[in-house]
Amino acid sequence: MTNQTVKIGVLALQGAVSEHLRSLERAGAEAVSVKRTEQLDGLDGLVIPGGESTTIGKLMRKYGFIERVREFSEAGRPIFGTCAGLIVLAKEIEGQEEPHLGLMDMKVARNAFGRQRESFETDLPIKGIEQPVRAVFIRAPLIREIGEGVEVLATYNEEMVTAREGHLLVSSFHPELTDDYRLHEYFAGMVREFKSGAAKG
Amino acid sequence: MEAGTSRVKRGMAEMQKGGVIMDVMNAEQAKIAEAAGATAVMALERVPSDIRAAGGVARMADPTIVEEVMKVVSIPVMAKARIGHYVEAKVLESLGVDYIDESEVLTPADEVFHIDKQEFTIPFVCGAKDLGEALRRIGEGASMLRTKGEPGTGNIVEAVRHMRLINGQIRRVKNLSKDELYAEAKNLGVSYEVLLDIHQHGKLPVVNFAAGGVATPADAALMMHLGADGVFVGSGIFKSDNPEKFARAIVEATTHYDDYRLIAEVSKNLGAPMKGIDIKQLAPSERMQDRGW
Repeated sequence: MTNQTVKIGVLALQGAVSEHLRSLERAGAEAVSVKRTEQLDGLDGLVIPGGESTTIGKLMRKYGFIERVREFSEAGRPIFGTCAGLIVLAKEIEGQEEPHLGLMDMKVARNAFGRQRESFETDLPIKGIEQPVRAVFIRAPLIREIGEGVEVLATYNEEMVTAREGHLLVSSFHPELTDDYRLHEYFAGMVREFKSGAAKG
Repeated sequence: MEAGTSRVKRGMAEMQKGGVIMDVMNAEQAKIAEAAGATAVMALERVPSDIRAAGGVARMADPTIVEEVMKVVSIPVMAKARIGHYVEAKVLESLGVDYIDESEVLTPADEVFHIDKQEFTIPFVCGAKDLGEALRRIGEGASMLRTKGEPGTGNIVEAVRHMRLINGQIRRVKNLSKDELYAEAKNLGVSYEVLLDIHQHGKLPVVNFAAGGVATPADAALMMHLGADGVFVGSGIFKSDNPEKFARAIVEATTHYDDYRLIAEVSKNLGAPMKGIDIKQLAPSERMQDRGW
């Protein structure tokens, strides 16, 4: 089962794309960058990377990614959002009228720690991963409120920073900036589970 | 918990990749830039072409402008300090800007030493026109690089020269034998250790953006094609006829730099870009790229 190959896309409109591609490959997945909506076809999972959420959101709207990624999600295909990707996935963004994808049942705050001088790294225990993960927070968002179906996987100073809702996974830090790819392995596991389930069904 | 580590500082620049960082002179321009999809703005008192026209000594912007810009946008705000001007950089850090550009666009404050950037919590971007400069800046603690180009000219030729030179030098270093690296380190004026890192990885340890002369969407795309991680646009946007449309076009051309039909589409009816300057017409004293060492 673990040897099953999965193909995971990284949304490549803006942000830390190559780092995610590298981490996914090290986690045993086939990784491709996605710049056009038709490149979503044939993918088993998708990563929405860190970057500037306003830029990524605008370009997603412009090129028809909002509808297409919602369809991708409706089919149960796993999506992993890091930092800006977390914001893009959220149903509600503090101080902003419109969400981007609005898929995950949570309310998030952008730049919740402050400006760049408040950015930091720390060892973060994550549920489902044995040893703490080195977590890099850069102008990071926080999850302020969650719906019933959302499970919190990690907190930092009692604030929610990693969570999962079924096939959706988010972290407010950047697992792609270190050589520790266990969170990518966790996500690749979700994608494998989906793929084997889909094959059976 | 550790703040200001090199991973945190370099990581911030990684998040800018594939993006466009735009020069803005006031809150209104900053809002236009953010709405157009800029990944960051550079808050300035004057854009490079105006600095060039005005002459005299160019310094750090009035903190009022920097603060106004920080107040109205949610994207990162950068600001420029003079080369070697430790106090201007500390002042900008105290204001809470997200990135400092130790920039040759301003008049250098020190003709020997650049700022020791290691000790700052916030990251620095510096210009470079060859691999030696790039690695000296990294050695001093720069977390991001950009080509110097020739700012305020609307002429891409120098940015192209610098990007090609740096990437060509990296390829050369990668292919040297290990014992040849010592002499090459001496030639480039850099430490053996940083050069060894380039030799082993075949790339810079920080992102390298294009800057200095980007005036059209096609210019931005050309720099991405040549291997830039992203683009700084200085005078190009707010010196053009229709800044809003122009800014959006440059953002799209940077993302889809290899989609020529899209670049054709966004380049239609943009109005006049900024007026350019032939580099050969510049007197040596007017060349900003020769500032810094």
